Amino acid sequence: MSSKQTPLYESHCRAGADFTDFGGWEMPVSFDSIREEHRAVREGVGLFDVSHMGQLAVDGPEAETLLHRLTPSDVRGLEPGDALYSSFLRSDGVILDDIVVYDHPVESEYIVVPNAGHDEAMYDRLREHADRWSLDVTLANRTAELGMIAVQGPEAVDRVDAEADEQIDALEPFTTTETAIGDVECLVARTGYTGEDGVEIIFPGNEATAIDRRFDDVRRCGLGARDTLRLEAGLLLSGQDFHPEDEPHDPFEAGIGFVVDFGDEEFVGRSALEQARDEGVDERIVGLRLEERAIARHGHRIVADGDDVGQVTSGTMSPTLEIPIALGYVDAGSAASGTELAVSIRDRTVDATVVDTPFLESCGE
Amino acid sequence: MTHETPDELRYTDSHEWIDDSGDALRIGITDFAQDELGDVVFVELPAEGESLDSGDACAVVESIKAVSDIYTPVTGAVTATNDGVLDQPELLNTDPYGEGWLFEIDGAVPDEALGATDYREQIE
Repeated sequence: MSSKQTPLYESHCRAGADFTDFGGWEMPVSFDSIREEHRAVREGVGLFDVSHMGQLAVDGPEAETLLHRLTPSDVRGLEPGDALYSSFLRSDGVILDDIVVYDHPVESEYIVVPNAGHDEAMYDRLREHADRWSLDVTLANRTAELGMIAVQGPEAVDRVDAEADEQIDALEPFTTTETAIGDVECLVARTGYTGEDGVEIIFPGNEATAIDRRFDDVRRCGLGARDTLRLEAGLLLSGQDFHPEDEPHDPFEAGIGFVVDFGDEEFVGRSALEQARDEGVDERIVGLRLEERAIARHGHRIVADGDDVGQVTSGTMSPTLEIPIALGYVDAGSAASGTELAVSIRDRTVDATVVDTPFLESCGE
Repeated sequence: MTHETPDELRYTDSHEWIDDSGDALRIGITDFAQDELGDVVFVELPAEGESLDSGDACAVVESIKAVSDIYTPVTGAVTATNDGVLDQPELLNTDPYGEGWLFEIDGAVPDEALGATDYREQIE
């Protein structure tokens, strides 16, 4: 299957990107050094092309009901302009994908942003359930027609403010506004996936060049830096830290139990999650700090006193903390902060300690 | 992008370089290899005195994005290792032919080792 290209692809080529296939999209891994791109976002500002993320519009009189029943979150609590991190679950409670739901600040619609390569499957899921429940909704998969960039870092909001008609710094975290950047109407959201302040900007794909030019001076960052940034922040990567077949986990196991609101409404996966809540989970995701220089990678075994207790799902050398960090699932009995474990890396065993996430807080100075 | 390929070195298909100007052969990874790997964050080296056969995976270089085995292009005994890269793996990025060398081995340059011109053609 040939990879899809985002509206910013040509711009990435000009900037000297190294590319990789990610979720069926040809995306930049890095432009120069992952470490330098990472530092730019932690200390200043960096720009990511996130147009490969899905863009699904959900509209109609019963759009709210559909999303409320398909996510474990209280979508009814959203006001126009609000954004919400949530997930789509299978009926056994397993996370299919994590998503952000934007309640459009102006239009009546919701915009659901699933992960790269999941737009068609999640669109189908919305369609099938709308039909099954006979809900009056209008659905559109706008992934191909929209572009999206993330401008992230402590200087990001000021930098976007300089280009936007409306003051962005007044936006609360996880809220959105519609504003023009140049002559282009954009949806600007104070969201992102780096652990930094910043915004994500959604715009018509055919205006990508105009938007891109406005941020010519901002350091381009690729998926490599996005991965190290999100991991330092303890944020999950879909497909790696959870996956319906390879890493099937419910929100409690995956450490995102905060998306679950039991309220009074039915939602897909509710009974399984009630059981997990009442009986506890067998395993949970933990942060690990490795005590020697080594990199824990996806699939490496986590051991305690020689016995397997889990498996690493993500790991890296933290560019900010300069220590090796990892996420992995361990038996619930080994999940307490401070538990001393080890990771089996090739032919050696490296001591590791369970730490709270975000790593930036628990392992920082 | 052009990569540095010093004329006086020999090269392998798997992007190691061999320096035969000293008593033992010094081995490292090429400028092209370090650029492909990106930011190197971890290095494992063979033990001093270890006997290696040509083609053995004897070292590991990990960057933020990938892990790579390093193969000895030479049969022989390891006479020295560069402990400096254990503490500062980034030396492989900043000085791959200098401070970023990996190990020295007592043996002969294999006939199939490439000259700089042939190696340049391979990576172009």
